Amino acid sequence: MGKTTTSASIGTGLAQRGHKTVIIDFDVGLRNLDLIMGCERRVVYDFVNVINGEANLKQTLIKDKRVDNLYILPASQTRDKDALTQEGVEKVLDELSEDFDFIVCDSPAGIERGAQMALYFADMAVVVTNPEVSSVRDSDRILGILQSKSRKAEKGEVVEEKLLLTRYNPERVEEGEMLSVEDVKEILAIELLGVIPESEAVLKASNQGSPVILDSDSNSGQAYADAVGRLFGEEIEHRFLDVEKKGFFKRLMGA
Amino acid sequence: MSIFSYFRSQKKPSSASVAKERLQIIVAHERNKREQPEYIEKMQQEILAVIRKYVEIDDEQVKVNLDNNDECSILELNVTLPE
Ligand SMILES: Nc1ncnc2c1ncn2[C@@H]1O[C@H](COP(=O)(O)OP(=O)(O)OP(=O)(O)O)[C@@H](O)[C@H]1O
Ligand SMILES: [Mg+2]
Repeated sequence: MGKTTTSASIGTGLAQRGHKTVIIDFDVGLRNLDLIMGCERRVVYDFVNVINGEANLKQTLIKDKRVDNLYILPASQTRDKDALTQEGVEKVLDELSEDFDFIVCDSPAGIERGAQMALYFADMAVVVTNPEVSSVRDSDRILGILQSKSRKAEKGEVVEEKLLLTRYNPERVEEGEMLSVEDVKEILAIELLGVIPESEAVLKASNQGSPVILDSDSNSGQAYADAVGRLFGEEIEHRFLDVEKKGFFKRLMGA
Repeated sequence: MSIFSYFRSQKKPSSASVAKERLQIIVAHERNKREQPEYIEKMQQEILAVIRKYVEIDDEQVKVNLDNNDECSILELNVTLPE
């Protein structure tokens, strides 16, 4: 859980730094990125229309109104799960890469065809994991697919893999009720890109249709901004990993 | 050791550490399986079929495992015959 939230925030963060970025919703039939980005009423055409030649990219891409350089390519609402073909996806990605610095692909859940389509052409994969047994296991399976069924793997190359742990709750970790960052890092053994705390700001942001990274007062917004910085090689210490000790004043105020 | 840590050490393992241990086992098992060549699965089926010509045996009673070391690969075949 948290893939769409993460795609929206990382994509927005890349654009904020001046890089022309497009976020593609690969969740055919369950379009949601448009809602999270607050552009649901501006959707005219979608990814499948472009693949089928019913619309061109210029007509289909939605330009974000808040952040320059940011575009969204919405998923189709069709029930036909096979609407995305590998050749079709490749054609669209090739065309986009002529114009864009970054293409963020928001994968659907699971490890089936839809997810495999979203990761096939990847140069880098951000594996979004929750500190919870089934999520960690699924992430390891996705890593297996990246290492065997992606285009890079087929060519004998490697997809760069990054771990993003989200919905992290330091209180529960301290109580011994939740896997810690260290636990998950040890099991998956890939580089840690970021830890996003469980936070009400995420719900608030999705209610408003604004990616949480734009809420720069919130801890989860800041954690996403840090993660984007790390993508550019900045050395930023991980924050929000420990239980916030309430200061005297805060305690007094009952905050 | 303070009296507090004494009580602490009496506690049963936290649910997070149980989760971690279970994950480590299943993930190692699944990785191992992924890294095996595809023919292993098929070979296992064929070995099973041959044994079945002579004794009645369940699927789980035949285990085929390939271990890759630096110098050589070891094919381990484990068959549990009924009493
Ligand atoms: N850091 C967080 N804190 C609190 N809630 C979160 C956090 N991240 C995600 N959520 C919530 O979890 C739910 C699922 O998030 P999201 O849609 O990003 O997941 P997803 O992986 O894209 O799901 P799907 O597999 O259905 O596409 C949403 O309700 C979202 O608000
Ligand atoms: Mg999603």
